[in-house]
Amino acid sequence: MSILVDRETRLCVSGITGREGSFHTRNNQAYGTNVVAGVTPGKGGQDLDGIPVFDTFHRAVEETGANTAMIFVPPRFAADSILEAEDAGVALIVAITEGIPAHDELRVYNHLARNPRVRLVGPNCPGILSPGKANVGIIPAAFFREGNVGVVSRSGTLTYQIGNELAQRGFGNSTIVGIGGDPVPGTSFVDALELFEADPETELIVMAGEIGGSAEEEAAEYIAEHVSKPVVAYIAGVTAPPGKTMGHAGAIVSGSSGTAKAKQEALEARGVRVGQTPTEVAEVAASLA
Amino acid sequence: MDLLEYQGKQLFARRGVPVPEGTPATTVEEAVAAADELGYPCVVKAQVLIGGRGKAGGIKLANDRKEAEEHARAILGMDIRGFTVHRLWVEQASDIAAEYYASIVFDRAAKRPLVMLSTQGGMDIEEVADRAPEAIARLHVDPLLGFQDFHARRLAFEAGVDADVIRPIGALLTKLYDAFVGEEATLVEVNPMIVTGDRRVVALDAKVTLDDSALFRHPENAELRDVSGEDPQEQMARERGLTYVKLDGNVGVLGNGAGLVMSTLDVVALAGGRPANFLDAGGGSKAEAITSAVEVILSNPNVTAVLFNIFGGITRCDEVARGLIEAFRQIEPEVPFVVRLDGTNDVEGRRLLAEADLPNLYTEATMLDAARKVVELA
Repeated sequence: MSILVDRETRLCVSGITGREGSFHTRNNQAYGTNVVAGVTPGKGGQDLDGIPVFDTFHRAVEETGANTAMIFVPPRFAADSILEAEDAGVALIVAITEGIPAHDELRVYNHLARNPRVRLVGPNCPGILSPGKANVGIIPAAFFREGNVGVVSRSGTLTYQIGNELAQRGFGNSTIVGIGGDPVPGTSFVDALELFEADPETELIVMAGEIGGSAEEEAAEYIAEHVSKPVVAYIAGVTAPPGKTMGHAGAIVSGSSGTAKAKQEALEARGVRVGQTPTEVAEVAASLA
Repeated sequence: MDLLEYQGKQLFARRGVPVPEGTPATTVEEAVAAADELGYPCVVKAQVLIGGRGKAGGIKLANDRKEAEEHARAILGMDIRGFTVHRLWVEQASDIAAEYYASIVFDRAAKRPLVMLSTQGGMDIEEVADRAPEAIARLHVDPLLGFQDFHARRLAFEAGVDADVIRPIGALLTKLYDAFVGEEATLVEVNPMIVTGDRRVVALDAKVTLDDSALFRHPENAELRDVSGEDPQEQMARERGLTYVKLDGNVGVLGNGAGLVMSTLDVVALAGGRPANFLDAGGGSKAEAITSAVEVILSNPNVTAVLFNIFGGITRCDEVARGLIEAFRQIEPEVPFVVRLDGTNDVEGRRLLAEADLPNLYTEATMLDAARKVVELA
């Protein structure tokens, strides 16, 4: 088992003929992900290494039974592409694109919230990897192997750092979910925790948060009420000054809200162990496993 | 991107939000001419991207030409909490009967715009929220529905505004929401929003933050960026397309990926050091981008040592090593570098660095060891 992506995944890539899109599509396919289609308006009928390209998501879904979409188009087209994928009936949409306008994200989020059959992961995320099963996105799969630690994170490379520290201590992963660094993520920590709690393969959960917003505080409440599996947390940005966006659009301390300290305290108050460094996270995980 | 008050007011005016008449000025002569044109009394206001202008003496009432000149001369060049005043806004003085507060923010938790209205304007709203949270009426708006008249009425009645201004306040809030959505702002705040003696409702201040990611749709707004108050390194980094934040320490930091760089700063601090900057070289960085980033880091005179913390995913460690070698060739840095390369092509990257045998460059195997080493050298 795993969550969100596995051998049942039938992936359709929006922006498959672009430079980034084609590179990562090939990587995902080489890993064993079942990439069934691509969408690039105007390039219908072409193919990428035998993967058929369609003009619209609707045609791609009709012809190939795609159930998962990966969005690789530039920011100004990304919201439209997500909405198209949803309208075509795809169940999971993974949006890699960084820099989607905030008002676009708000409209997309509130529209998708009305459809209980669809889930958006991202945007501005590295994607989802279920080692040994499927890789949808840009996570370098070589560093991870199958196992029972579920990882959910707002950051890409920080996830690789933590995952690598875990791997050095002999841990593998059920699934690694990058929920992305934007202020309005389609999937929250709480959503991912709920999925990991229900996944029989996942025995331990690592969550990597950062400054900005209150998603980690909400996760702390949720863990206390609903999660029976051990959770180890990490929060980046203790030294970040207020009012500055630290790379991710969502990583900003506004006034006194969204600080790393407040998040660490909220998690610890609910009994969640918090590592001060990525190394300490792996050490704590090792002690709990 | 934060707008100066006058830029916010000009944006408001374009969207039909009532604002006092005014003119920007960059010299004493321009300010006096503007004051003469607007008539007396008028107000001379410092234009800087920081709060507390009034307390710092950056906002003054002028009753005649002589006062306008005195105030303009005093305020131009003034330092307000680290920001030098390069620009003034001269506007007609307002007859204030009441000071209210209105704002629209992105509520990240609710994933909806949050509209707030209060009769307790003219002071720090966070203080009002602490002291008397019930004094602020709040309402979330479904972005797919938009701001409706009933929203405005609910807010006005719940905030307890004077009955005779419920309509004009509703009209202002509607225009403000139009501005928030139409200009793709992430914050619009009017504090104070005043009721005048003749019972009009006017935005006496304007605080606007625009979404940088949406500026491609608003080229006229993209030109509003105020670089006069910008840190020289941050300006240099922005022009080079690098994500850089200046900090007050002495350990220069470069990493790939925002989360990893934030984590690196924290680990440097835990090791007893003080980071000089945040710099995310981004995914898939090529050698030239690395060279360019090193130039930005070293242009900060406080930097006494530099830490490279790379975990290669899309980023290839050999590219980072090539960029660093090229940077050493071009810049010949005088401060020590500590480099940690892990991930994609790390063996090749470390081999390149070892072969280049760069002076004053140390490699470490882990993030923690690298942080300890750079703190020791700084």
